Amino acid sequence: MDLLRFATAGSVDDGKSTLIGRLLLDSKSIFEDQLEAVERTSEDKGFDYTDLALLTDGLRSEREQGITIDVAYRYFATPNRKFIIADTPGHVQYTRNMVTGASTADLGLVLVDARTGLTEQSRRHAVLLSLLKVPHLVLAVNKMDLVGYDEEVYNKINEEFRTFATKLTIPDLTIIPISALKGDNVVTRSENMSWYEGTSLLHHLENVHVASDRDLIDARFPVQYVIRPKSDDFHDFRGYAGQVAGGVLKPGDDVLVLPSGLTSKVASIELFETSLQEAFPPMSVTVRLEDDLDVSRGDMICRPQNAPTPSQDIDAMVSWMVPEPLRAGRKLSIKHTTRLCRTVVKDVQYRLDVNTLHRDQEAGELGLNEIGRVKLRTTQPLLCDPYEKNRTTGSFILIDEATGVTVGAGMIN
Amino acid sequence: MSTHADYRLSQLDELEAESIHIFREVAAEFEKPVLMFSGGKDSIVMLRLAEKAFYPAKIPFPVMQVDTGFDFPEVLSTRDSWVDRLGVRMIVASVDDAIKNGVVIDDGKTSRNRLQIGTLLNTIEEHGFTAAFGGGRRDEEKARAKERVYSHRDEFGQWDPKNQRPELWSLYNGRIAEGEHMRIFPLSNWTELDIWHYIGREQILIPGIYYSHQREVFERDGMLLSAGDHATLRAGETVEERTVRFRTVGDMTLTGCVESTATTVGEIIEEIAVARVTERGATRGDDRFSEAAMEDRKKEGYF
Repeated sequence: MDLLRFATAGSVDDGKSTLIGRLLLDSKSIFEDQLEAVERTSEDKGFDYTDLALLTDGLRSEREQGITIDVAYRYFATPNRKFIIADTPGHVQYTRNMVTGASTADLGLVLVDARTGLTEQSRRHAVLLSLLKVPHLVLAVNKMDLVGYDEEVYNKINEEFRTFATKLTIPDLTIIPISALKGDNVVTRSENMSWYEGTSLLHHLENVHVASDRDLIDARFPVQYVIRPKSDDFHDFRGYAGQVAGGVLKPGDDVLVLPSGLTSKVASIELFETSLQEAFPPMSVTVRLEDDLDVSRGDMICRPQNAPTPSQDIDAMVSWMVPEPLRAGRKLSIKHTTRLCRTVVKDVQYRLDVNTLHRDQEAGELGLNEIGRVKLRTTQPLLCDPYEKNRTTGSFILIDEATGVTVGAGMIN
Repeated sequence: MSTHADYRLSQLDELEAESIHIFREVAAEFEKPVLMFSGGKDSIVMLRLAEKAFYPAKIPFPVMQVDTGFDFPEVLSTRDSWVDRLGVRMIVASVDDAIKNGVVIDDGKTSRNRLQIGTLLNTIEEHGFTAAFGGGRRDEEKARAKERVYSHRDEFGQWDPKNQRPELWSLYNGRIAEGEHMRIFPLSNWTELDIWHYIGREQILIPGIYYSHQREVFERDGMLLSAGDHATLRAGETVEERTVRFRTVGDMTLTGCVESTATTVGEIIEEIAVARVTERGATRGDDRFSEAAMEDRKKEGYF
């Protein structure tokens, strides 16, 4: 059984919570005590139906306001797959949460209301998923029951979205007409929409092919921790622990260590008491080299003919997450793979309007929830790849040095 | 492990890899981490993952147990055998001692579980721990579903659910100010079933009370509680022997058991796969005080 991580997006009333509730309910991932609690609360509040959104809105303040204020992670499994849902809020002021949820997702699920069609929000969500290089996108046209399961309504939205999507990078797009409330095309194919020839949403989630989404060509092993037991049994043991970020590493491979530029061969790859024949993403392993080199946390092990170029000048798209704007001259901490150093903002080149994709070169700064192209200078060279090539070696976070808060997320160009 | 033709990890291997990554990240970036260890199944899986993360070196931080004074003897003995085998340093924070020293106040009404909060925070402060690993899983409870892997606690040990740091990719932000600490949850993405599959696959030693056994119990508020010196029976409550097992372990006064004949991990997995009640809903009295009981305790500093 494998794992699929997906992020949901959609406007406030597009029925996201209902859909998640439906997936959990129909896959028997909701337990009686949870359902009873939700039924009881719905009744106390005077609702005349069970509000499945109460299953996902876990915090006091969310229930008070009846909205989702933060990303929540949900779990369900079918016999074929385990799913992790990053349930991200639809409110515009929480774009940062959308970015957070999408950063780890294999698939993005955007809901639209069949009655209203595409909104600014749905376009924005598709843009964000495309920017974050989420490899698969599903547009679920919801509330089909409220438009009489009309094929024409679906076709119009389908066409409009496909036209819009040509401006974006979406490697795999699937559009499914559903009714989350009635359960049409969610778990099983709906008899109400015999004109629809595709699969149900759950069937798609279970079968979408994600194995080839990871970069298996360019070997990247950021060194996370140096293991030196200093015990009698393992007196001379020196292992480099980390999680493979790209490519396949094998014993005997020639390797290059950056930024030192020293070379060696892989002596062995170990996971606990087992020696492995190979290691690939996202395995956490310990690599031993044939030579005793000076390698430490923040360094990167790769192949001699295929290595990133160390650079202190970083050109990236940045999603800014706090009210105080990002401007040239600002100093921050930057964390890239296992390397933490300082950086200064050299230039905010443009601000991207995620609705129109217009690039505002006059902006000069990024405000809360804004995204733009930024040039940075770092105190140490980063060993990075373009984000579109590798989501691990191509991403970083920015940390405010005074408050310690994560203020930005970056994707390297 | 053999060659993976399709270069795809099983979900259990993927979860393991993610948890090991988190353990190593914390050990590399924090000055004084500690692993909160209850002796239950989740914290034993944590210890196993920590063992794997640093092998063949020893786990580079101590483990800490908050002893409520009402812990199951089987749990304490399993705890000791793990600690001995791994050679880790063990710190016991005792609720009894905390009461004696006036750190927390036992008014006779407050549960031991709640008294753990002050005891825990005091011990973290005393030792100057900057990161405390916990075995919490997001599938356990709706407030936990909102929690980050790195959960920031202020100088009072409080969690502020409205002001959490966004967590992007696998880039964790461990920055804290003086006096603050971080709670770390490497099992965030694991479910109860994942834990059991892992225990089965790795053949991990867990306390015997997780398996079906005969026990003297009595019924209270729809739960089966363990009879013994720690329990004062109320009018109408009678003790009887039943065939039971525990789904969670904690304070004996609050942790209920379920009737079960499952004696192996395989049988437990079959049982949970068709269970219609969550582990906490079935057996944790402490979550029943209010709809947001867990959230409220977490805000105060519970793990």
